[in-house]
Amino acid sequence: MNNTNKISILQGRLIDPANGVDTVTDIHIENDKVVAIGEAPAGFQATTIIDGNDKVVCPGIIDLCANLREPGAEYKATIASETAAAAHSGITTLCCPPDTLPVIDTPAIAGQIKHKARKAGYCRVLPLGAQTQGLKGEKLSEMAALKGAGCIAISNNYAPLANTLVQRRTLEYAATFDLLTIIRSNDRHLSDQGCAHEGKVAARLGLPVIPEAAETVAVARDLALAQTTGAAIHFHTLSSASAAHTLAWARREKRRVTADVAIHQLHLTEMDIEGFDSNTHVLPPLRSTGDRDGLRQAVAENIISAICSDHQPHEADAKAAPFPATEPGISGLDTLLPLTIKLAHEGVMDLSSAIARLTIGPAEILGLPLGRLQVGATADICIFDPDTYWTVAPDQLTSQGKNTPFGGWELPGIVTHTLLEGRIVYQRD
Amino acid sequence: MSRGPSLQLDDVGRLRHFLTIDGLNRELLTEILDTAEGFAGVSERTVKKVPLCRGKIVANLFFENSTRTRTTFELAGKRLSADVLNLNITASSTSKGETLLDTLRNLEAMHVDMFVVRHAVSGAAHFIARHADPGVGVINAGDGRHAHPTQAMLDMFTIRRHKGEFTGLRVAIVGDILHSRVARSQILALNTLGASEVRVIAPRTLLPVEARSLGVHIYHDMDEGIRDVDVVIMLRLQKERMQGAMLPSEHEYYRLFGLTEARLAAADSEAIVMHPGPINRGVEMASEVADGSRSVILQQVSYGIAVRMAVMSIIIGTQNQQGQDNKG
Repeated sequence: MNNTNKISILQGRLIDPANGVDTVTDIHIENDKVVAIGEAPAGFQATTIIDGNDKVVCPGIIDLCANLREPGAEYKATIASETAAAAHSGITTLCCPPDTLPVIDTPAIAGQIKHKARKAGYCRVLPLGAQTQGLKGEKLSEMAALKGAGCIAISNNYAPLANTLVQRRTLEYAATFDLLTIIRSNDRHLSDQGCAHEGKVAARLGLPVIPEAAETVAVARDLALAQTTGAAIHFHTLSSASAAHTLAWARREKRRVTADVAIHQLHLTEMDIEGFDSNTHVLPPLRSTGDRDGLRQAVAENIISAICSDHQPHEADAKAAPFPATEPGISGLDTLLPLTIKLAHEGVMDLSSAIARLTIGPAEILGLPLGRLQVGATADICIFDPDTYWTVAPDQLTSQGKNTPFGGWELPGIVTHTLLEGRIVYQRD
Repeated sequence: MSRGPSLQLDDVGRLRHFLTIDGLNRELLTEILDTAEGFAGVSERTVKKVPLCRGKIVANLFFENSTRTRTTFELAGKRLSADVLNLNITASSTSKGETLLDTLRNLEAMHVDMFVVRHAVSGAAHFIARHADPGVGVINAGDGRHAHPTQAMLDMFTIRRHKGEFTGLRVAIVGDILHSRVARSQILALNTLGASEVRVIAPRTLLPVEARSLGVHIYHDMDEGIRDVDVVIMLRLQKERMQGAMLPSEHEYYRLFGLTEARLAAADSEAIVMHPGPINRGVEMASEVADGSRSVILQQVSYGIAVRMAVMSIIIGTQNQQGQDNKG
């Protein structure tokens, strides 16, 4: 009885899009659950009180893709360093892709990652299992075992399957176990050795290109295979307006398909690679203004129902080379929420919808009972000050990776508290 | 993030590095051509040297093989009385795992004043310029498919010598625009200097999808594209284009895009023919054209020295000026 954890968050603006709530109220938490909203239950004595005045209280953020780099690339980041950064950024659940070293294609690796994450204690980590053994695109992974070890979905991540028959088989096999297949759509022949969007900027800078068709061809193929097999698929980090259009059509047709977009695709375009800034080297590449606007519209209309960080922390050396020779990716955990709030400030959508894309949107994609805050829900909570601006200083990021193209940007939103299963895992001084 | 153009100019608009034609104005390009005009005479003297860069160290950093570009840079540096180091990097450091940045730091420790950089990756010269010490100049001698600005300027020099003004000129560039750093730089230079029309002639597989945005008119038919032009620039066709399903054969390429005497007849009667070299005879052009009276290909090579001297001396001039400014 003495050890019972009781927290009251008083007079915060509760935004819980899943339940259509946007109101100033109190929330009461006992152990790992929300026990009351509004008036406290009779006899409730809070052990901790959090002042929610002028703050937004929302479900903890669910990030569909954050590379933790462990095991295998601890010089870039570790499970401990990145889950701490996640807590600092209001993220309570994250999916880590399978391209670690060794690859997450055995229960042992999945178990090891979950164990280390639990030990660190900052954030719920859901590994994505490899779709094929060693991500080689040839043999099925032991998906049933991976699921048993806690893999929430499967993916071949950066090595999308070139062999269409193998892709079909993996979708069928995954569907046998109700496993979602997460796909980074990219035709490997069309993208070749490219590093930039096939558009005006790459034409002028003479950079090897990744055409829009590398994505649209692959999206069309995988939609057809999903239809054939009845498998549920999720398109990860779409980059083109054209793919978003195709997705809108598929959703109207009631196909079992969902999609997310990386937050940087909603703010940056091919224009940002001018001057060969290697921090803007990402995969899929930054595309045209029309693509950015099309993606923004698809997110506003909830056709793309999740925004992720696509977090790729790197050591400085990985970016210290001429643009095409650098490793792609942005360190995105620190800026995920602020850049999403910025979308609301820019009028792309209201704040509640923006928060939905970080909470209930990804929760529904993964089929998790998270991302919502009604009575009885798991107390994963993010509390932030929505109106205070801060300047992004790359070397001050909490992630071990300092590779951000947003250095110098003034962004709204500072996280003040993060609660994971009712425990305060981050509190701003 | 500093953009390319501001990276190569100091805050009063003087040339610090020469990385790309992009962002440089007509006055600056004209200054390079006028300066080169002054150096063109040096080659014809008995003592082929001027003391402008005495005591300076120029390092030729060639990460990609090149004979003529490296040689002309070497001669240009020597005629300016600089000490010139030739470093063939492919054979040394990078094969030992040393990064580009390490190579740069090591050379800086030797107090090099200027790097002349050739690299297979687009953006390499920008990268080196951004990471070099503030007092060190960088000249791009070709980076990937991006830029080869001194080649473009020697081509402009050649055109000006033969045609006088750029205004009113029609220029056709023929061949592999997609992979050509030379073409990208030429197009920018021609448009900046006021040429009235820049045409590119190529099959679609050898053009960027957004080629029009470079400021050119596109032709797929050689006879049509070459009509009435004052300058024909032929680009080198790399043999590996036959591998990537870009072209069926050299034979078909020559039949459709090769420059012959008969085709050249459609151009202006005073038209000149250029090629950055080395030529594939019977692929890009017939020998009779390459060696004919309209060809200025060998002049391009000798003008290359004067133009490179001009760029080097202007950058060293900026460095000296900055040295003065700092003392003042």
